[in-house]
Amino acid sequence: MSNHPFALAGSAGAVSQAPSGGEYLADRGFRMFALVAASLLIVLVAYIIWKIGGQALPAIRDYHFDFLVSTNWNVQEKKFGILPGIWGTLYSSLLALLIGGFFGLAVAIFLTQGFLHKRLAFVFRLIIEMLAAIPSVVFGLWGIFIVIPAIRPAANWLNEHLGFIPFFGTSLSGPGLLPAAIVLAIMVLPTVAAISQDALNSVPYRTKEAAYGMGATRWEVILKVMVPTAAGGIFSATVLGFGRALGETMALAMLIGNSNQVTLSLFAPAETLAALLASHFPEAGPAEVEALMYAALVLLAITLLVNIAGIGLLTLTQRRISGKA
Amino acid sequence: MTDRAYLELSIATGKSPSLSHSWSEVRALTNVLLTIGAWIAAILASIPLVSVLYMLIVEGGSRLSLELFTELPPAGFELGGGFGNAIVGTLVMVAIAAAISIPIGVLAAVYLSELGPNNKLGQTSRFLAKVLTGFPSILAGVFVYAVVVLAMGTYSAIAGGIALSILMLPTVVLTSEEALKMVPRKMKDAALGIGCTRTQMIWKVVLPTALPGILTGVMLGVARVSGESAPLLFTALFSNYWLNSLSEPAASLSILIYNFSSMPFENQIQLAWAASLVLVLIVLVFNVLSRLLGRPKY
Repeated sequence: MSNHPFALAGSAGAVSQAPSGGEYLADRGFRMFALVAASLLIVLVAYIIWKIGGQALPAIRDYHFDFLVSTNWNVQEKKFGILPGIWGTLYSSLLALLIGGFFGLAVAIFLTQGFLHKRLAFVFRLIIEMLAAIPSVVFGLWGIFIVIPAIRPAANWLNEHLGFIPFFGTSLSGPGLLPAAIVLAIMVLPTVAAISQDALNSVPYRTKEAAYGMGATRWEVILKVMVPTAAGGIFSATVLGFGRALGETMALAMLIGNSNQVTLSLFAPAETLAALLASHFPEAGPAEVEALMYAALVLLAITLLVNIAGIGLLTLTQRRISGKA
Repeated sequence: MTDRAYLELSIATGKSPSLSHSWSEVRALTNVLLTIGAWIAAILASIPLVSVLYMLIVEGGSRLSLELFTELPPAGFELGGGFGNAIVGTLVMVAIAAAISIPIGVLAAVYLSELGPNNKLGQTSRFLAKVLTGFPSILAGVFVYAVVVLAMGTYSAIAGGIALSILMLPTVVLTSEEALKMVPRKMKDAALGIGCTRTQMIWKVVLPTALPGILTGVMLGVARVSGESAPLLFTALFSNYWLNSLSEPAASLSILIYNFSSMPFENQIQLAWAASLVLVLIVLVFNVLSRLLGRPKY
């Protein structure tokens, strides 16, 4: 009778037993906590939007949409506008994405397509990842003392000889759009490189082998097979890199010159939304804080849109490549 | 000679057909040029890091001494001085951020990977965690200013720590979730099979097994926030004195670098480089720790 396998369960000396009342309660409680923690993320995002939106409300009521297209920032007259900020944010980020995206993709191809021995590739990947670990404010300091002096002669030569082109319309005296964009590009590069590497690595091996088998050269394989197949992932990498560039603050606050003007010139000082917040917020009075909250809301809306688009694209393309959808 | 004729010839002579590209072919030449281009791009991409490290070691290293860690920041024309209070401030605020975001983050990760991976709540909060990784750090500062600083009526180390915790949370959640998902299904089923409740399974099997991966995530999060400065600008502000209480403005290395970088004094600039060196070392230590801890044990 006691040899019957089912009789063992619950009897003395048995390995398994039904959960006691306490264990049952602990289980319920813990799962409740986990549920609350997961919901907290949702609550946090909602609260951030609600709080910043709420703080911006008085300014929205006062300045309406003129705020978005005006170029004034005058605390005495209570006239605020962030067109230069929006323009500078988009301009510097696009420029950074152009430079950083190109190098990021080049590095991703370089690291995944067998140019380097595996060990060397590992070391090089570490170097690129270390770039992502350098704090923004250190890049800012480096930009002030290295990048600006390094590009000033070339910039001023371009201004003297090709000054009629709007991009070279002014001379570079110190901080300006180009040094800011260069440093921003360096900060975007690791993001683009990392996600593009994942995208290139997830292209099925037989696709690559088939292309080589047909006698294609290495670069024909890369440019005509690998990159187009991974294009979705690479594109979302650039969108996420763009999102990162839009919200980047300290390096820009130190390098862009914080000047409230809309300009095409690469060498002129400019303004970004994040830099505007960083440089004005600490000393702002009540009226200016309201206007800055409005600016923060605009920045929040832009970055949320770009990031959601990037993550959505990435999820879609990952699903398509792995064939789950 | 056509390809077919070449093939027949090679079969007849017993030699295999040549597979090498001729250099005079346009596509072969393009291939070589692009390869050279890729090498140049890769070398150019690593110049910034080399240059940053060189400057940190030369400019910052030359100023490195014991008094940096024990003295307070100098004012105006003063010589000497250090940034001991900023190191303490940075570490304290990072510790506050970790104390807030680790428990919440790991619990949320447990929910995402074990309890409701595919339900609406799980999917929404995973998506929002990903969105938060790209959340501009300055906005975390604005948010905490509106919520904590205005409520407390003063800038404080606590507000700074809370601002950092918002930036740390998504990293902890997403990397911990990945680590938890790596625990083999078999182990979870075995635990449930001998009658564990799901909580017992999570505490006794899943969490211990996934611990190295979770620690990686935590260390990455710590490394990420210890270099942040934008969220501290108007939450912790800065202080020229030692930290006495958590509800006071606190100094941090990153804000010290920001403030000193725009000063016209040679001494302050040197201190900014030295502080950068110390800050980068702190960030790198946490990065290396995350790699060492995350190494799979089996």
